[in-house]
Amino acid sequence: MNKQNKEPLVHIVKRGAMPWYKAWAIRGIALVAALLLCAVITTVCTGLDPVKVYDTMIQGNFGSERKIWILLQNIAILLCISLAVTPAFKMKFWNIGAEGQVLAGGLAAAACMICLADKLSPAMLIVVICAAGVIGGAIWGFIPAFFKAKWNTNETLFTLMMNYVAMQLVAYFTIVWEVPKGSGKIGIINQSTELGWLPQIGDYKYLLNVLVVVAITVFVYIYMNYSKHGYELSVVGESERTARYVGIKVDRVIMRTMLLSGAICGVAGVLLVSGTDHTITTTISDGRGFTAVMVSWLAKFNPITMIFTSFLLVFMDRGAGEISTVFSLNQSFADILCGVIIFFIIGCEFFISYKLSFRKSEKADKTEAGEQSDADEKKEVKEDV
Amino acid sequence: MENKTAAVKMRDITKRFGPTLANDKVWLDIYKGEILALLGENGSGKTTLMNMLSGIYFPDEGHIYINDEEVVIKSPKDAFDHGIGMIHQHFKLVDVLTAAENITLGLEEKLDLKAVSQRIKAICDNYGFEVDPNQKIYDMSVSQKQTVEIVKVLYRGADILILDEPTAVLTPQETDKLFAVLRNMRNDGKAIVIITHKMHEVEALSDRVAVLRHGQFVGDMLTSTTNAQEMTNMMVGHAVTLNIDRPEPVNPKPRIEVKNLTVRSMDGILKLDDVSFTANSGEILGIAGISGCGQKELLEAIAGLQPTEKGSICYVNDDGEAEELLGKDPLAIAEKGVALSFVPEDRLGMGLVGNMDLSDNMMLRSFRRGKSIFTDRKNPKKLAETVVKELEVNTPGISTPVRRLSGGNVQKVLVGREIANAPTVLLTAYAVRGLDINSSYTIYDLINRQKAKGVAVIYVGEDLDVLLELADRILVLCGGKVSGIVPGRGATKRDVGMMMTKLGGNKADE
Amino acid sequence: MFDIVAFIPRAIMQGIPLLFGSTGETLTEKSGNLNLGIAGIMYVGGICGVIGSFLYEQSLPSPDAINGFLAISIPLVCCLVGSLLMGLLYCFLTVTLRANQNVTGLAMTTFGVGFGNFFGGSLIKLSGAEVPSIALSATNAYFSKKLPFADDLGWFGEIFLSYGFLAYLAIIIALVVAYVLKHTRVGLHLRAVGENPNTADAAGINVNKYKYMATCIGAMIAGLGGLYYVMDYACGVWSNDAFGDRGWLAIALVIFTLWKPNIGVLASFLFGGLYILYIFLPTGTNLAVKELYKMIPYVVTIIVLIVTSMRNRREDQPPASLGLAYFREER
Repeated sequence: MNKQNKEPLVHIVKRGAMPWYKAWAIRGIALVAALLLCAVITTVCTGLDPVKVYDTMIQGNFGSERKIWILLQNIAILLCISLAVTPAFKMKFWNIGAEGQVLAGGLAAAACMICLADKLSPAMLIVVICAAGVIGGAIWGFIPAFFKAKWNTNETLFTLMMNYVAMQLVAYFTIVWEVPKGSGKIGIINQSTELGWLPQIGDYKYLLNVLVVVAITVFVYIYMNYSKHGYELSVVGESERTARYVGIKVDRVIMRTMLLSGAICGVAGVLLVSGTDHTITTTISDGRGFTAVMVSWLAKFNPITMIFTSFLLVFMDRGAGEISTVFSLNQSFADILCGVIIFFIIGCEFFISYKLSFRKSEKADKTEAGEQSDADEKKEVKEDV
Repeated sequence: MENKTAAVKMRDITKRFGPTLANDKVWLDIYKGEILALLGENGSGKTTLMNMLSGIYFPDEGHIYINDEEVVIKSPKDAFDHGIGMIHQHFKLVDVLTAAENITLGLEEKLDLKAVSQRIKAICDNYGFEVDPNQKIYDMSVSQKQTVEIVKVLYRGADILILDEPTAVLTPQETDKLFAVLRNMRNDGKAIVIITHKMHEVEALSDRVAVLRHGQFVGDMLTSTTNAQEMTNMMVGHAVTLNIDRPEPVNPKPRIEVKNLTVRSMDGILKLDDVSFTANSGEILGIAGISGCGQKELLEAIAGLQPTEKGSICYVNDDGEAEELLGKDPLAIAEKGVALSFVPEDRLGMGLVGNMDLSDNMMLRSFRRGKSIFTDRKNPKKLAETVVKELEVNTPGISTPVRRLSGGNVQKVLVGREIANAPTVLLTAYAVRGLDINSSYTIYDLINRQKAKGVAVIYVGEDLDVLLELADRILVLCGGKVSGIVPGRGATKRDVGMMMTKLGGNKADE
Repeated sequence: MFDIVAFIPRAIMQGIPLLFGSTGETLTEKSGNLNLGIAGIMYVGGICGVIGSFLYEQSLPSPDAINGFLAISIPLVCCLVGSLLMGLLYCFLTVTLRANQNVTGLAMTTFGVGFGNFFGGSLIKLSGAEVPSIALSATNAYFSKKLPFADDLGWFGEIFLSYGFLAYLAIIIALVVAYVLKHTRVGLHLRAVGENPNTADAAGINVNKYKYMATCIGAMIAGLGGLYYVMDYACGVWSNDAFGDRGWLAIALVIFTLWKPNIGVLASFLFGGLYILYIFLPTGTNLAVKELYKMIPYVVTIIVLIVTSMRNRREDQPPASLGLAYFREER
């Protein structure tokens, strides 16, 4: 057989728990590396000065009071949807149907705004809109959960398909309600009367949305970490068999959690339709149902950390959007940069749970392994761009 | 024995997992034409050492020589090339593939399943196996699966055969058959290593024993020159007694009465057929049977986790009042004091959540108590501390995920939690599954203490020898039917073994 | 009247990108990798072909100077390289670095769609060309060239012979993949890797190699779906987001076909048919109903999904270790 001592050069070993500050240091390094790479990509693609580009990004996010409010509003909505998918994800229910659940909630809210505006008192109308939105989202979340619980139907595909069904429903009603006829859109609902619009707090158009989402964040945090429901769903997520064994009704937990998940998406729908846009389109959720999955996962399902991760993604998105406008580039540039950053962040998790040991040199310590990581990743991503 | 040639020499083998040293400069020789029993407590590094021979792990330091030539085994493929085949404790088979497909897996030749089937037939005829090459693995019983594993290794022409706890899932008869085959192979000149915890098997089968303790090689000797006591002392490092206590039951009274219980599995297979028996307080009722012939269903039916077809299960309280348990919620049954601790094959699958810490695992049973919508975290924490202290659980702390603990400690946590609620009925299955002698005795002791407290213990065990020493009465299941109930004192292994495989003398095992 | 002869070719043309995507994804999933980034990969495959072809056409003195071989091979190679790199990226993250497959896949979709739309929107500006839009009609002519006799054989030619070569390639690839999976050693090993990597590893199969190979080849096949869409279906015209949700539908098809690419051939045509059914169904004056008709493929998928989950056969299950990272020394 082969006689030469060909020993593996690099050998991967799982490491024990790492102190949190080290873990965050690795994540920090990955983020910085990602931003550097983004700068390089930007310069190569557009020939712009990277410092200027980042300055523009910061300007785009914090340049004026209005921009800061828009930033907050975007974070609020993304965070809200991320909070919604989190309990389901913790339960290992791969809900990628937040998009549809938001649409369903928004559609129900819009329907109330249009059909009930002259039948109810303004205050009553708001209550009905909120309830309808929450129920709409909850139903959309419940349907796949029901089949998952009863027959273990694949939820990833089911929730995905429910997105399109919701989208087509909205498209249908857009034509039914279109104003003016033939325009293909609904336009601002109740523009003159402002019936069914969520109230504005003082002069701040988005303050209510932000406050609602702050409340939901606190609620989800407590629900997940301190309530019996939260405990049950994490047991179901870890091991369905154990859950059954200790008498947890798994099907009921699945359905209950998805009702909650859908309901919070419904709230996001109401905030968008009745609180912000005052209209409904098929793109009202704008892919945030998918982004939310990443926000939630990057934060390890911790609602508080999610504030940070959703900020990061919104910051990149709006910043890159600003670049596109200022330097007249395509808006999609933001997606490329977001993708690169996420690749780095998910890639760096490897160096938190594993370490590389080099067969020959005993001195190969952790920091070296860390540096190796970034070099590797950079190479890989560069090949791609 | 003097002229043996070494098939394998392992020198200074060291392997670390994070901070733990699994193997520390181990020397081991494996000879041709010899059966070597590798002994050691849980976590002493037996399996790790053998995994390095079969290419699953790669040693951090040390050298391996095969037929006096230094080799580097960095993958299972290298191991095959050197004629090493290992049969793992958890079978390495793909469920949805057929036996033939599994056996040919990993080979390079062109895929020709007909030719494969023929060669399998030839091997089977040679050694007296029975394998249907076209049967899917998920349709097979454990002993059939094991046969496929052995044929797989032989198919590759292995000369060095490693078996990791091969008898854990077999009946005495199946074990005898396996041993006969192994002896055949030895006489063929193959080198065989067997890892086991069962001393009588070591004595019956092996030519030589090698002992590991805490990752270090302690010594080896000829089986004929040693005995169970000496081997155990070497494994543990100090003298231990090898007798299981069996105090007389104190004032036994009926606690659980099962009548005509019939259970069908989800896909309509009869799992329990007209089972009737009584379990008394202050008594250990042992349940014997080939694995998968209704033990799990029986315990789960009592705990309310298994839908039943007909029959009744009555709980009798101290005043002699009987109450039907069937149709009751698992929770309501648990409230009555019926505790179930089932240790499944993967140890963690049921009863504990690997990624949660000790204190959160303690909550699994009790978290619903009280009306508050929030969980109570203080009591479980206290309970975790008590269990760790009283059962001497070896853990860095109570906030360590259970997954990080070793098998014995995991089982202590599981059993400890179940008895913490002062149960009146303790249902336990495979409580010492895969445990070494020391840990097993801790568990037997725990169970005996429950018995002394007047708890009705129903104990499903896989090791017949232990069952015969521990249980007051033994209920033998065969294919879902009660094959008989015999007193534990005086029953012989042979009788019980016969009852396990034959119901009324003609019914074969599943 | 429902025009079946017009309907079938359109359904098939709709189905071809889905077939490429689902064949690629099936191959990938058989290795245990759930690549939700397939949508992004198809975008990248498409745009890379467009970039290659655009630069080639721009370099020509006049459209007539085009060389048939280069017109086909340049975009083809660009597309394969682009999607291969995406596959490598996915493997590097999920196999080597053991990152979460769902998140990686979603990030790849974001990245890939952004990549496609960015270059689709900025290619003209970046290359400094003086054309109003990306319309690769010369290249399209080669890609959508029908088989001979297609126009002479009436309805038969219309239904069976009227497609570009990529369409036939899609069917051939699907059948080959189906054969390889079922009847060859490589296929057997790949299935074992997806079902139980531990076992495969212990049997001496190089798990990571199989995962890399299957995922990268799968990505390249899926990338061809993007190329077919722009070069043939869309007549060489790139417009942003036009490819739409076909990547997701391809993933749906994988589950729909129970991980069998040969079933995928018919299923993708069926899907393509459902996808465009709304054009052929009478709506009268009510335009809104059309939007409801567009719901049909999704509703049908859901129904099939529920029915198959109720039947719950052992052979119809996804590969058992789908979505899980593998680490040999896991303890």
